[in-house]
Amino acid sequence: MSLEDPGPRDVGLTKTGDVNYDELESLLGDDVLGREEHLNAEAFVIRPDAVQDVLSTLKTDAGFDNCNCVTAQEYQDRYETIYHLTKYDDRTQEVGVVVPTSKDNPVSESAEPVFRTADWHEREAYDLVGIEYEGHPDPRRILLPETWQGHPLSMDYDQTKPQVVTLRENKNPLEEDQRLNDDSDTMLLNIGPHHPATHGVLHVEATLDGEQVADVEPDIGYIHRCEEQMCQQGTYRHQIMPYPDRWDWGGAGLLNEWAYARTAETLADIDVPEYAQVIRTMSGELSRILSHMLAVAAYALDVVGDFTATFMYGMQDREVVQNILEDLTGQRLMFNYFRLGGVAWDLPEPRGEFFEQIRAFIDDLPEKLEEYHNLLTSNEILQIRTVDTGRLEPEIAKSYGATGPVARGSGIDYDIRRDDPYGYYDKLDWNVVTEDGCDNYARLLVRLQEVEESAKIINQCVDLLEGWPEEDRTIQANVPRTIKPEPDTEVYKSVEAAKGELGIYIRSDGTDTPARFKIRGGSFSNLQTLPEMAEGEYIADLIASLGSLDTIMGEVDR
Amino acid sequence: MSSQDKLTDTVGADSQSTQDARMGEGADNRFNSPLRKALGSSPFILTKFDKFMNWVRGSSMFMLQFGIACCSIEMMHTYSVKHDLDRFGAGVPRASPRQADVIIIPGTIVSKFAPRMKRVYDQMPEPKFVVGMGSCTISGGPFQEGYNVIKGAEEVIPVDIHVPGCPPRPEALIYGIAKLQERVANGESAPVTVKPYELEQFGDLDRDELVEKLAGQIDHDDLVMRYNWVDSP
Repeated sequence: MSLEDPGPRDVGLTKTGDVNYDELESLLGDDVLGREEHLNAEAFVIRPDAVQDVLSTLKTDAGFDNCNCVTAQEYQDRYETIYHLTKYDDRTQEVGVVVPTSKDNPVSESAEPVFRTADWHEREAYDLVGIEYEGHPDPRRILLPETWQGHPLSMDYDQTKPQVVTLRENKNPLEEDQRLNDDSDTMLLNIGPHHPATHGVLHVEATLDGEQVADVEPDIGYIHRCEEQMCQQGTYRHQIMPYPDRWDWGGAGLLNEWAYARTAETLADIDVPEYAQVIRTMSGELSRILSHMLAVAAYALDVVGDFTATFMYGMQDREVVQNILEDLTGQRLMFNYFRLGGVAWDLPEPRGEFFEQIRAFIDDLPEKLEEYHNLLTSNEILQIRTVDTGRLEPEIAKSYGATGPVARGSGIDYDIRRDDPYGYYDKLDWNVVTEDGCDNYARLLVRLQEVEESAKIINQCVDLLEGWPEEDRTIQANVPRTIKPEPDTEVYKSVEAAKGELGIYIRSDGTDTPARFKIRGGSFSNLQTLPEMAEGEYIADLIASLGSLDTIMGEVDR
Repeated sequence: MSSQDKLTDTVGADSQSTQDARMGEGADNRFNSPLRKALGSSPFILTKFDKFMNWVRGSSMFMLQFGIACCSIEMMHTYSVKHDLDRFGAGVPRASPRQADVIIIPGTIVSKFAPRMKRVYDQMPEPKFVVGMGSCTISGGPFQEGYNVIKGAEEVIPVDIHVPGCPPRPEALIYGIAKLQERVANGESAPVTVKPYELEQFGDLDRDELVEKLAGQIDHDDLVMRYNWVDSP
């Protein structure tokens, strides 16, 4: 044995730095029942009573500290839970952990003690598929009403059966019985689901001790509109692409389309022409600006109560970007512009005018951003309300699987555009923005600076597109009319969407529609951190924290 | 000579104190608008009270600040710069349903949200009006097949104006609201629709198999809404 003990990070790696699945398998020992090949990574099939053992070994010994997604699905003969693990330090290193359970007794061990994020993911798996998790701290439904009958994504679910939905969760905070018990001073306060500060139909049950928040429980599912079912009914080629737009209605539609495009292109082995990649990168970043502008504008509304100035400025700048994207895609909000293998059509003619339009916006941007900084980040009222409120320590953020500006505001240097490159990002010059503040202010700063970085990317893309030779403008690869991937191919891929990492898992069954389509919304994991940020703080800071997460309920509830 | 000068001239400002000039002849001159002049010597008009009230209602509509899904973003743009719904006397968003005349339903309604939306609608004072924004409020839109989706807002509350689109452009929403104002000013009432989804007490439901099963979980006087995907149109 050599004296130089390899550090924990080196376990499970080959000499070239790739994941060494054989070594991981021997590390896990008898818990492994078999191995599976997914297109993105290999996966271990493990015993359902050894989930915590396996995950904590992978987490502590091999450095897989990011439980990215949990997919549950039902086969003819079994239920299956897949934990998609990766590393915050290196997104390209992935491993799947597959937990099969029997049909008659679908119970496996909960992963919640190892990864906090598994809490909501497993509740969703129980809600929609019907797998139960032993040792889960709160095994309730999460998206559907408590009184719902059956599990909609399981095989024997009958959609035609009637249901009864209650209204009782909406307790009136003014009533006497809202005192939780006689000798305590705590009071239950409902925020939402209809409330201007919850950014959509989110219901937050807050327990208050005076003005301090003693406990927060986000109650979601008020816009659970069956996106996964819709995608499982649609054909790969055209029918799925309109839906990703509707997971993030903040304007980041193109980035969401990219998530589906990337996953399906990996699944069907489609190469995207370089020209289309540049257009995708440019339009995707415009989309990101659109989304961040909304986040900043709405945050001004939440924190400074400023409906007249900053909010309107944000909306005004969004109109400019929406005009550009409308010229390109034909729609203001739900673009539906990406296609498998490229984009729907070329840039609008006359191209010169279109480029000029974008350049004018990019040229004006520094001045506008300065205005935002004057109005917001150097505004004393905003600083008092955001600096050092809603603290989210990096280790806690990681345990919840936080990504996007929320993670980067806690100093986690994690951005899939750089760490697992796609599109044209790796050939362009731009930076990943991180802030070490870990507070609401840091998250706001990250968004404002990311707008600058996006502008940089767009500028370089316009340069490239202007000089692109006319005979080489292929906007779409040659894609078969009907896509039917090999049966039982599994893939999990993600992109850096505006709110965080947007991942999609697809399992094919040989037909032209997916057998299982699972969406990992960035906001879903980010929203989960809310109790960590808000508990012990003032109720007003709860609103500031919620706004700084920039959750979009379409992505949370799907 | 601007029209402003003309107005002051008629009052004869030269020989009077500032206060007198402001007061004008008799009543406070600030109310002596050109409109009043047009009415002639007597400042009265004869109209039906209902007609007058309808005109007032249509000219000043308070909207409920109510966001559900994608359409709410376009709704925000309708309120904001460029489209500025306030130009038409309908752009004051109120956060409380108790202060609002119009509710725009901007998005998909799912079974869990339907009872809440019904409650918000019930909290609005009469007379109240509803604009359904987007395909989801017409039929469930792209999500109609979903196991959890209500196929249109009209399943839950009566809708005066439907604005189609996914999402509709702000111009379309403005057109819809202007149409609503026109109807309100003309005194046209909302269509009465058959609403299969009502809020009722659990104890009042027919005791079928499902109700028997849930009897242990739901109290007798809890408010509930039945949801039946297959029976919806």
